[in-house]
Amino acid sequence: MSALVSTIQAGFDVEKVRGDFPVLKQKVHGKPLVYLDNAATSQKPLAVIEAIRKFYEVDCANIHRGVHELSQRSTAAYEQTRVKVKQFLNARTKNELIFVRGTTEGINLVASSWGRKCVKSGDEIVVSGMEHHSNIVPWQILCEEKGAKLRVIPIDDRGELLMEEYEKLLGPRTRMVAVAHVSNALGTVNPVREIVEMAHKAGALALIDGAQAAPHMKVDVQALDADFYAFSGHKLFGPTGVGVLYGKSKLLNAMPPYQGGGDMIRTVTFEKTTYNDLPYKFEAGTPNIAGGIGLGAAVDYVNRIGLDKIGAYEHELLAYGTEALSQIGGLRLIGTARQKAAVLSFVMEGIHPHDIGTVLDRMGIAVRTGHHCAQPVMDRFGVPATTRASLAFYNTTAEIDALAAGLTKVKEMFA
Amino acid sequence: MVDDLYQELILDHSKRPRNCHPMEGANRKAEGYNPLCGDKLKLYLKVEDGVVRDASFEGSGCAISTASASLMTESLKGKTREEAIKLLDKFHDLLTTDTPAAKDLGKLVVFCGVRDYPARVKCATLAWHTLRSALEGVDTPVTTE
Repeated sequence: MSALVSTIQAGFDVEKVRGDFPVLKQKVHGKPLVYLDNAATSQKPLAVIEAIRKFYEVDCANIHRGVHELSQRSTAAYEQTRVKVKQFLNARTKNELIFVRGTTEGINLVASSWGRKCVKSGDEIVVSGMEHHSNIVPWQILCEEKGAKLRVIPIDDRGELLMEEYEKLLGPRTRMVAVAHVSNALGTVNPVREIVEMAHKAGALALIDGAQAAPHMKVDVQALDADFYAFSGHKLFGPTGVGVLYGKSKLLNAMPPYQGGGDMIRTVTFEKTTYNDLPYKFEAGTPNIAGGIGLGAAVDYVNRIGLDKIGAYEHELLAYGTEALSQIGGLRLIGTARQKAAVLSFVMEGIHPHDIGTVLDRMGIAVRTGHHCAQPVMDRFGVPATTRASLAFYNTTAEIDALAAGLTKVKEMFA
Repeated sequence: MVDDLYQELILDHSKRPRNCHPMEGANRKAEGYNPLCGDKLKLYLKVEDGVVRDASFEGSGCAISTASASLMTESLKGKTREEAIKLLDKFHDLLTTDTPAAKDLGKLVVFCGVRDYPARVKCATLAWHTLRSALEGVDTPVTTE
């Protein structure tokens, strides 16, 4: 293990990075905070906090409409984020990026706008057995409304998609394939390029839920050829309440508006309203301006560190954690896919995840316990809940050691 | 300290739950569900002449919810329906208010530590929510939400 530690520390100055995150400096229940709930939300670097503070202290005004100085500054800062996200995802134009509240709203937007127009009775929507509820329920609502059918790609015991089963599900009635890039409950990295290609071959569109991928790996929507791709700002070290939906212009242009209101219109009369161009057609009402500006700062921050470095460091940390946890008798990892990212989900024989979570909390260690908004995954593995430690690039091997020590104590208490 | 929550008696009842089995001839049954943690519980009661003659439960849950169900079923036996409801209210107060524990709660006072763990109150009350619906003859599963 010591060889691994030195490799990890050689490639990446984690202590320097930790200094950027004020929240990590505190003690919880008298112990240094060990924050391992990054798949739920990540912590925010000072650069993001300062960007939001600057907006409210100096530039606060509504965007897009004002002729005054503050409005122009806030508009420029907000729209600058769109340009940054365009580069971040390698979209063709910034107009393909729609600001939403988060991944959930991004998926709902597609299900609602595209779905209402394009899905008919007897059509089929394909999702996978490892989806977060946010990539299941919007499609269920659509299917119920339209008389369409929801079909599910099964997963194997490692938590990998059964691609041959996926192929069998595709047919002339398939309209949409909606799959997570990375599973929040299992950490599985799905072969999304292949998934998209197969969907297209069947004449269907593909939406990728990127909530758990964007913070950990380089995403190139053109290389993936995804029709839609959604992610959340708050999991990318940015603020809550802001996220991005990418969609191909051709599709977005053909879709009806999602919500009506200000900013999404060109002209309004009681007889007829004409809609604004992309992306504003889908951005009704005053958005989360501070959040959008904070997201821009988060993208800058992640770029500065580099997703290649982040990915490599987290990969080693995950290997270290997998090894450390497998030393604990009676512990079973849920999700052992060959391609995995940043998630250690597990159960311990005879010990309920909530008890594990409470004991760890008192040791300053924050993990998630429960079904992780992925109840079908829990059913698939025959467990009511799991404990999940999810990593970010500011986590350390020492924190993994603290987790392992905590779990040993849990075992002593409840065995 | 986390030991204030997981007192010996609670650990004992979670590891070796009493009255943990289905009941033949039960005339009151109810199901409880905590959607937050996926805990499920089935409660069986035999009520004769307004008195709880027997009580048992089955289900999967955390140490707190299992111990709570175990100790609850123990304390119910021999109680009238009214006494059981009163106990339920007192138990609820123990977990959610600062008032001193009622004297007649007996062993159930071991749950006083749960008060300091707001996220765990629902674990301790699941069995008791289920008890209320069993006594009131509600058929649909009760949830903590």
